[in-house]
Amino acid sequence: MWSFPLSPVEASAQAANVDALFYVLVGITVLFTGLIFFGVIFFAIRYRAGSRASRANSRSDNLPLELTWTIIPLLITAGIYVWASKLYVDMHVAPANAEEVYVVGKQWMWKIQHPRGNREINELHIPVGRPVKLIMTSQDVIHSFFIPAFRVKQDVLPGRYTTEWFTPTKIGEYHLFCAQYCGTSHASMIGKVVVMDPKDYEQWLSGALSTSSMATTGDQLFNQFGCQTCHLANNTGRGPSLVGLFGSTVHLSTGKTVLADQDYIQESILEPTAKVVAGYKPVMPNFRNQMTPDQVAQLVEYVKSLGGNAQAAQGKK
Amino acid sequence: MEAQALYNEKNYLNAGYGIRSWLLTTDHKRIAILYILSITFFFFIGGFFALMMRLELMTPDADIVSAQMYNKLFSMHGIVMVWFFLIPSIPAVLGNFLVPMMIGARDLAFPKLNLLSWYLYIFGGMFTLVAMVTGGVDTGWTFYTPYSSTYAHSNVIPVVIGIFILGFSSILTAVNFVVTIHKMRAPGLTWFRLPLFIWAQYATSVILILATPVLAITLALLGFERIFGVGIFDPALGGDPLLFQHLFWFYSHPAVYIMIVPSMGVVSELVTAFSRKRIFGYNFMAFAIMSIAAIGFLVWGHHMFVSGQSVYAGMVFSALSFVVAVPSAVKVFNWTATLYKGQISFHTPLLYAFGFVGLFTIGGLTGIILASLPVDVHLHDTYFVIAHFHYIMVGGAVMGYLGGLHFWWPKMTGRLYPEGWAKFSALVLFTGFNLTFFPQFILGYLGMPRRYHVYPPEFQVLNVLSTAGATILGIGYLIPFVYLFWSLKNGKPAGPNPWGAKGLEWQTPSPPPTDNFEATPVVNEEAYAYPVEASHG
Repeated sequence: MWSFPLSPVEASAQAANVDALFYVLVGITVLFTGLIFFGVIFFAIRYRAGSRASRANSRSDNLPLELTWTIIPLLITAGIYVWASKLYVDMHVAPANAEEVYVVGKQWMWKIQHPRGNREINELHIPVGRPVKLIMTSQDVIHSFFIPAFRVKQDVLPGRYTTEWFTPTKIGEYHLFCAQYCGTSHASMIGKVVVMDPKDYEQWLSGALSTSSMATTGDQLFNQFGCQTCHLANNTGRGPSLVGLFGSTVHLSTGKTVLADQDYIQESILEPTAKVVAGYKPVMPNFRNQMTPDQVAQLVEYVKSLGGNAQAAQGKK
Repeated sequence: MEAQALYNEKNYLNAGYGIRSWLLTTDHKRIAILYILSITFFFFIGGFFALMMRLELMTPDADIVSAQMYNKLFSMHGIVMVWFFLIPSIPAVLGNFLVPMMIGARDLAFPKLNLLSWYLYIFGGMFTLVAMVTGGVDTGWTFYTPYSSTYAHSNVIPVVIGIFILGFSSILTAVNFVVTIHKMRAPGLTWFRLPLFIWAQYATSVILILATPVLAITLALLGFERIFGVGIFDPALGGDPLLFQHLFWFYSHPAVYIMIVPSMGVVSELVTAFSRKRIFGYNFMAFAIMSIAAIGFLVWGHHMFVSGQSVYAGMVFSALSFVVAVPSAVKVFNWTATLYKGQISFHTPLLYAFGFVGLFTIGGLTGIILASLPVDVHLHDTYFVIAHFHYIMVGGAVMGYLGGLHFWWPKMTGRLYPEGWAKFSALVLFTGFNLTFFPQFILGYLGMPRRYHVYPPEFQVLNVLSTAGATILGIGYLIPFVYLFWSLKNGKPAGPNPWGAKGLEWQTPSPPPTDNFEATPVVNEEAYAYPVEASHG
């Protein structure tokens, strides 16, 4: 506990550029703060009431002086502005060869999917030295994908895609934080970014494929939590069948209809009585405190794997 | 004996007795006293929330409060401190008391409207307080959608209604000030003879009148979406979540200036009074205040550099944010230059003014750091931002308020506060403040996000320092609370002008009579016309 760093690790190509600007800005801050502190203290002591310092030629206006200390800060800030904006634009233009990774934020986890099918939750494995571009969206509220070691951050919004890119330069594990307040467990919406040697990364990619998919784990949970006792596949149970549910239109007991998308399935696990299917009683227990978000996601993936119209489910977004 | 004589004369305090004479008063000075009591009440409530947060953050794990409770604590801390303490603080207390006195008027233009403002404040405040006691709100003071409109399970609507009501209080007070400053200045008191405190109140009032309606509309839309499911901000309903942020910050960035500009006015008065010297660059100071108020309306997008707004919008807002820093810098330079060749006496209000200048400088320069786009990408929503705006709002606004309160306390009460205790507490506050918030700059740069209930263990040392500082800061606020009350009975009688300061408010007895002046004063000199030592060539 009694040791702590004063600056964060620089682990991306951008980090050094951002830090360079930051340290210049800190230098300017220290310089001007020092100037003001010195001025105030020096004058306060020298011109204390009754001191013998000369007050001759005291004046209370001086146009050239006023213009000087208006124009100098203006020039300094103009210089910083040009430097900063150039860097900002660069941060928004990802190279064409960047490796794309899909990120979905939801209360309160990061779901990550690699193009080759590898999925991970709250972890992002990437190779060192290659640009990576994240394509991000949210299922619910606004989140923000923040990797301090890379000096990157971008809000992740529902209903639209945002991107951020970086080139990791150091092998290691780094913090991943949600930086935009997103509700009760905001502070737990954290994870790690694992930067790997390209060879290890290849191995990880192929290794992860052989482990069981989220849907398979979800299948096990489905039995473990006793879901299968009611949700019989032939629609004769106390709960509706889930076969072909994803992307279909569900008729509710209120007379309304709802699209069985990701949000709906998730809500039906966490808050089963929020939307009750027509013809069924609100008897399903609440699983909000029974399952971790990971397990819910795995169950959702399992429900998706039971068939349905994935394209229709995306239609809303 | 002397104390007895003090209150034999008719003044606004002994003009009437009993609760009715206070609750139905239309005297701007009595309404100022009503505001002091009410904002102090809310200040300690907001402070209590802050203290609970700091205690929770002593350790990386959750130990005192649940995540849900922590979220409510920081939300309610922000809501109470911004709307029920900082925004009304200087305008409603010092402004109410001093605007008529400084311009030689008998009262504000609309005394009954002034009382209505206070009732609206209390009504909105009580509404919000009940909503907090009966469950609280967990959206943050920023109410970002769609979390607040769709997902939050707390008392969003009652709190929003409370703030909505409070907004009318702000608007009415501001209208009152603008009309009063335009129409009721004493003969000879031209615009460029006004004390800078009045310029600051005027600028603040204009911001309040223009910005507050936008907040009201935004909160109303939020309510419509939450209650009726009208799609405005939630994409699931066809809305746009960034629209909320644009509307919210269009009010809330100028709101930052509502909090700091009045303090700048106070500090100008303090520096000049205790240097026995006219403020340096009066015209530049007045123009700087007005330009801060004007440009302050054009920088709201700097709260949204990582929100998903376009790169070009980010660049425009960044440029304007650098521009707004310039008049602030000019003010700091002019305050410093005012000291040059002055006759400086170190009374407590000046110590607060020095505290303000130092902390505001750090707060302002770290604002420059945050206006730099790529750096903000890293620092946005981290503790660096928390530290930055507390340097402005607590280091700046609260220091200004306390400095002003000490400076005009003899005028308001007829008694002097105990100088030794006051200096001691100013020192305690300065120390406690820096210990609380300076470590947060480093925490933010290291990457600790704000609004985190639990955090990685490597951030603990700095958090412990910050909590230790908060404890000192809390004690620093309690000391003045005690001795100011004490001074009401036991303070030395102040006399009309204990500081030998210029300004119309010092030309009338302390406490002033109900009508402020026996005869309407006539002004025939510039503001702060302190004697200038003869030139020796």
